[in-house]
Amino acid sequence: MTFSYYPGCTLKTKAKDLDRYARSAAAALGVEMAELPEWQCCGAVYPQAKDEIATKLSAVRALMAARDEGRELLTLCSACHHVIKRVNHDMVSDENIRTKVNNYLKPEVPYTGETKVIHYLEMLRDTVGFDELAKRVTRPLKGRRIAAYYGCMLLRPGNVMGFDDPENPRIMEDFIRAIGAEPVVIAYRNECCGGYMTLENRALAQKKATTVVDAAASAGADTIVTACPLCQYNLDVNAVGERVPVLYFTELLAEALGVKEAEA
Amino acid sequence: MQRIGVFVCWCGTNIAATVDVKAVAEAARKEPGVVFATDYQYMCSEAGQKLIRDAIAEHKLTGVVICSCSPRMHEATFRKTVEAAGLNPYMLEVANIREQCSWIHKDRTEATEKAVVLARTAIAKVSLNVPLTAGESPVTKRALVIGGGIAGIQSALDIADAGYEVDIVEKQPTIGGKMTQIDKTFPTLDCAACILTPKMVDAAQHEKITIYSYSEVTEVTGFVGAFKARIKRKARFVDETKCTGCGECTSKCPSKKNKNEFNLGLDNRTAIYIPFAQAVPKVAVIDAESCIKKKTGKCGLCQKICGAGAIDYEQKDEYIEREYGAIVVATGYNPIDLAKYDEYAYSQSPDVVTSLELERLMNAAGPTKGTLLRPSDGTHPHTIVFIQCVGSRCDDARGKPYCSKICCMYTAKHAMLIREKYPDTEVHVFYIDVRTPGKNFDEFYRRAVEQYGVDYIKGMVGKVVPHDGKLLVQGSDLIANEQVRIEADMVVLAAAIEPDKSARSIATMLTASIDTNDFFTEAHPKLRPVESPTAGVFLSGVCQGPKDIPETVAQASACAAKVIGLLAKDKLKGNPCVAHVNEEMCNGCSTCEKVCPYGAITYQDKEFRVPGPKRTEIRRVASVNEAVCQGCGACTVACMSGAMDIKGFANKQIFAEVDAICR
Repeated sequence: MTFSYYPGCTLKTKAKDLDRYARSAAAALGVEMAELPEWQCCGAVYPQAKDEIATKLSAVRALMAARDEGRELLTLCSACHHVIKRVNHDMVSDENIRTKVNNYLKPEVPYTGETKVIHYLEMLRDTVGFDELAKRVTRPLKGRRIAAYYGCMLLRPGNVMGFDDPENPRIMEDFIRAIGAEPVVIAYRNECCGGYMTLENRALAQKKATTVVDAAASAGADTIVTACPLCQYNLDVNAVGERVPVLYFTELLAEALGVKEAEA
Repeated sequence: MQRIGVFVCWCGTNIAATVDVKAVAEAARKEPGVVFATDYQYMCSEAGQKLIRDAIAEHKLTGVVICSCSPRMHEATFRKTVEAAGLNPYMLEVANIREQCSWIHKDRTEATEKAVVLARTAIAKVSLNVPLTAGESPVTKRALVIGGGIAGIQSALDIADAGYEVDIVEKQPTIGGKMTQIDKTFPTLDCAACILTPKMVDAAQHEKITIYSYSEVTEVTGFVGAFKARIKRKARFVDETKCTGCGECTSKCPSKKNKNEFNLGLDNRTAIYIPFAQAVPKVAVIDAESCIKKKTGKCGLCQKICGAGAIDYEQKDEYIEREYGAIVVATGYNPIDLAKYDEYAYSQSPDVVTSLELERLMNAAGPTKGTLLRPSDGTHPHTIVFIQCVGSRCDDARGKPYCSKICCMYTAKHAMLIREKYPDTEVHVFYIDVRTPGKNFDEFYRRAVEQYGVDYIKGMVGKVVPHDGKLLVQGSDLIANEQVRIEADMVVLAAAIEPDKSARSIATMLTASIDTNDFFTEAHPKLRPVESPTAGVFLSGVCQGPKDIPETVAQASACAAKVIGLLAKDKLKGNPCVAHVNEEMCNGCSTCEKVCPYGAITYQDKEFRVPGPKRTEIRRVASVNEAVCQGCGACTVACMSGAMDIKGFANKQIFAEVDAICR
């Protein structure tokens, strides 16, 4: 199966690991990620303002490109996924935004939110299947105790993101099981890591990140996995005290599929 | 040609506000066969019924159409009316212009147009109606009660006291149900065991009651007055007739680490066990999953010890078949599985418990002998947080949309009892609304707040985080409009209740209906609340909807009254609308026999006259047992040669209806 793929800026710079391991793992699983020939920064923050459209245009361009390629749009970074999926929801449900965007972009065929936006984890669960993934794993991560960290944006708001229960999720835990490791559930897995607060109030960001990492450490996790570059940064750099390695889930996936070394 | 009368009901404004009833009567008057049409404010009232009877006499009517509410509401009423005027009761049709017309439409013109079509349809059908006579069937004077909780016990006792035999079938090794696990009952705070166990003993000692514990109903056939049930008596590996309940075996059994179901897994029991001291029957049972002898063939200690010689490792499941006139469903409830609510950390910390688990932790016969201690380390909790509506009144798919009804009161009870016994313990209760209608209920709740100082916080909890042996509770206080953080020693979750998992399969077995939440549906939500729409099946207790103990007992007795009313009859009038085979057209294909869910169709060889020299031939044709047929119509749809018909719903009548709609 082939997906149109939107990597986003961070995956080309600070979060290269998230991207490259995802690509090699997908290749091993027989899933083709066709990067959109042209894409722009998604904006990184979903614009809450209801009366302007400029901040939504780049997401719509990516969505429209995927539609024109006749494919579902695959995303990986939590923030990009969040922004693109919510903008797509606006295009479906908000007539005012839809009309203004189409009037401005003047596409040959108006865009009305037809593209299905899929996160890489959803692709693993629904296209590959976790049972099938478990069979494809050549180096199961036996004995590893891994805590999943979802962050705020991957699953919320639940009715728009719609791929797991935001308060009591399981998709990453199921993923961890599929690659042969043992999931460690920590209560703070969907609390904020501090986000962009790290620029403005470092102490607060440190406090938030430390709470999460402490909880993982005291629950006996040897690794924390995340899908979000900003979460990875905050938990890795801002947490003080006991440290637990914070990795992208794609790195562990590549490792379990035996394609990590080839990449490294 | 029939002489048809049409009677259009206003139902006050229920119909008349949306449908022009005079126009409907006017249009009906023009239909072929109609000699009289009128409208009236309340057709079901005595005056309305008199109007119908008088019109039948005056206009020599042979068929009657009533345009009113659903036939489920008043068909029986109007059948009696026309019968009183000398007509066959099956010469009546009801056109539903209320539920299926006026209630669901807003536009008066459209609704009137539809009502005219519905009237026309009923007129077309009644033109082809023929008089039918109902057969009679005898009533077996014994009732089956499925489920031996307080609801089943109360129904059984009341039916038995009226002099009828009752069998209670309970899937657990003892009767008593959830109430046995409850410590004290609101609002009087009397001990549940003290009021329940004497009733359990009454049931066991009643000469008219037979208890089949550790048993399940696996199959039900037949119909009202003549049900046949197959009951599986699961092997308990202990001879019920010999066991004295001395408990010697349980003290010696070496397999000791098995979850004790009675204490909800908060402590362990042996592989051979008696559920609790007041169990009825007080007979041991071997859990084959954990019995060393059953697993490895070695051990046999209990057999050696048992003075009564009651242990029988070779015992097999047994099946018995019994006949019943009526069936009472009393299958009860369970708290929901909390796996979907792990933001409250139920799976992450043993100190997060359900309210039912708290009952065991406060009960003298529970794992802590009645002293409230934290399950994790056995210490005394100083701060306890209660969270209400966990899974109740939930607007998404993970919970239940309904209010579980009992949680507000039992939470107030728990909070009050804890404050009474341990005044040094702080108690906080998070709630959405406190709902305490009921006799002495609100007074009870106010006592918890005003007299016992329980801290009620309006708002929900977002997260419970186990941390350093404590539970950090994050919630919101909607009245103070602020975030609340409480460091608690224990968290108690008022989990929603849901019908027992067996409800769905039992409903299928009884062809009784259940709603989207698996609660059994009553025949009428207001006027027939303890009967199922399936004749002869009655509802007792929480299987029909959430209830507390007094309500359950009241409903159980009401249910018994209905059963007694049925069993008091010697014969029942059957439903004459059953399948009928036209033997001339039947080609003997057996399709109808295969689709019949009631086993009412058999085939037999019959001699028929034929033209030609042979004169007769033997052909295999279908034959319907009218006493067993329920008139579902599956055979008429399946029959390829059109030989099967339902009396009163013949194919040509249905086609006439369709033609009338499409005209």
